[in-house]
Amino acid sequence: MTRRTEFLLNGSLRLALHTLAEGEGRPLLLLHGLGEQSPQTRPAWTNSWNGPVLALDFTGHGESEVPVSGGYTPEGLMSDVDAVLANRGPVTIVGRGFGAWVGLLVAGARTSLVHGVVLFDGSGIVGGGPQPPTPYVNVLPASGSVTPDPYALLELSRDPRPPDYALDYVRFVLEDSDIEHPIVVSARIRPDWLAAVAADIGVIELPLEQAIESFA
Amino acid sequence: MPETDQTRGFPGAKAPDRTGSIDSSGLRLALNEWGDPDAPVIAMVHGGFDFSRTFDVFAPMIADAGWRVVAWDARGHGDSDHAHLYGWAADVRDHLAAIQSISSEPIVLLGHSKGGGQLLDLLDGRPSLARAFVNLDGLPSQFSSPDVNDRERRRMRRADLASGLDRRRRRAELTRRPDTIEGLAERRQPMNPRLSREWLEYLVTVGARHDDEGWRWKIDPVLHLGGFGPWRPGWSLDHLAALEMPFLGVLSGVQDDPMGWKSRRGDIEPFLPPGGQLEFYDDIGHFLHIEQTRFIADLVLKFLEPLR
Repeated sequence: MTRRTEFLLNGSLRLALHTLAEGEGRPLLLLHGLGEQSPQTRPAWTNSWNGPVLALDFTGHGESEVPVSGGYTPEGLMSDVDAVLANRGPVTIVGRGFGAWVGLLVAGARTSLVHGVVLFDGSGIVGGGPQPPTPYVNVLPASGSVTPDPYALLELSRDPRPPDYALDYVRFVLEDSDIEHPIVVSARIRPDWLAAVAADIGVIELPLEQAIESFA
Repeated sequence: MPETDQTRGFPGAKAPDRTGSIDSSGLRLALNEWGDPDAPVIAMVHGGFDFSRTFDVFAPMIADAGWRVVAWDARGHGDSDHAHLYGWAADVRDHLAAIQSISSEPIVLLGHSKGGGQLLDLLDGRPSLARAFVNLDGLPSQFSSPDVNDRERRRMRRADLASGLDRRRRRAELTRRPDTIEGLAERRQPMNPRLSREWLEYLVTVGARHDDEGWRWKIDPVLHLGGFGPWRPGWSLDHLAALEMPFLGVLSGVQDDPMGWKSRRGDIEPFLPPGGQLEFYDDIGHFLHIEQTRFIADLVLKFLEPLR
C-alpha cells in the first residue's frame, strides 16, 4: 500500500506518523535512525507482522516539524514516541540506530504501553560514547523547515550513553513486563551501551525477523 | 486575583541600565546590562529556575566598580522565548551565542549554579571566550548526593521520567498557577529558604507577569527541576581541570540548602586549574551572591582587580 500519513501534536510541534500497512491488533512501530526518515513502504522484514505497521518521523526529521534552535536530547525525543502511545495505545517497537536507543528509553519509561522492543543497527547507534566527548559548541544558522535538522544531527550524535544508564532502563522494562523476553537485540554493531544491554540476563539476541516474530 | 499594588522594592536592587535581545538560531534571548557600556565586560549566567534579574543587587555592585555587566535569560526563563526543546547542550550553545554577540574579545565570565556548570562545559570547548572565570557554587562533583544508593537513584530517575513525559503530554494546557505577589513568594520560599521574603516578593515583580488572574512566573511551565538524562556531576570536573585561565570558585557548605550540588572543598581542590582559587563558606547558602551580596561582590572584585 502507499503509506498514509497523519500528524500528531507534541506540544505545538507536528509529528508525522505514517501507516505502512493496515491490520488488526497491536501496531508495530518503526523508529528510524539519526538523519533518516520513515520508509516509504513496508520493509520486507516486517512481513510476519499481521497488525498495523506504523513509522514515526522524529522531530526535525522527515515530514515532522523542525523546532527553533535545536535542543535535541534522546530523553526529549521520548516524548515523540509517547505522543504515538497516547494516540494509539500499546505498540511493539523496532528501533534502528538512534531509534533503537530511544526505543529502549521509552520502553523503560512507558512499560505498560511498550509491548516489546527490538534494537537493530542503524545510523546514530553509537551516540557520543559512554562519556561525553570533548565539547563541540557551535551556533548554526536557523535552518527553517529543512530536514534533517542540522541541530538534530549535531546534538543527537554526541549524547553520552553510559552503559549503566542504559541498564537502568533495562531494569525498568524487566521489572514491569509480563513478557519473558521484552528486549531483543538484533543489532550487529555493539557500542558499549548496547553490549551491556545484550549481556543482561533478561535480554536475548535474535535475527531481526525472528525478533519481530517473537512479539507477533 | 487582580491587585493594584504591582511593585516591590529591595535595598540596593536596580533595574538594568539597558535591555535588549540576542538571537540564538532564531530563538530570542532577553539581555540585561548594568554599568558603563565602554567598561570591561563581565557576563553573568544565572542558574536553573532563576533569571537574569536575580542579579539586580549583585550586578550593580560589580558595575559600580567599573565593569559592564551583561546577563541574559536562559531559554524558557525570564523574558526569553520559550523553546520547543530544552537541554543542557542547547543552553551551553545559547551562552555561546550571547557571548559572541557581546564581544569578539575574551571577556570575564561568571556563572551561578547550573549556569556555572554549563560555563565549565563551554570553556572546555571554547577556552578563548574568557580571560577569567568565576564560578559561584556551580561545581558539581562525583561526590554529590553520597547518601543516595543505586536503588533509590533508579527510583528517582523512573519517577522523574514518568512525570516529565506526563508533563509534555499536557504541554498545550500547562500554565503557571496565578497568585498574589505574597503567594508566589511563599511558594518560591522552599527553593530559597535562606533568602528574605522581601527579596522573594521583589523577584515576583521582575520575574513574573501580571494578568487578570494575578501573577504567574514567566518560566516555561514544561520545565522542571532535574531531567538531566545520563549527565553525571563528576563529568564537570574534567572540564574544570582543563581550564587555563584565572579561576575563582566559591562553594557553599550549607548542606541542608535544597538547591546546589553540595560539593566540598576536598571534592574540588584536586581538579583546580593551575593557580585556581577556591573559597568555601559553610555559613552561606547556595545563593551566595544574594544572601551575602556585598561580601561576595568584594571577593569577586578583588579577584578581578588585576584584570581591570
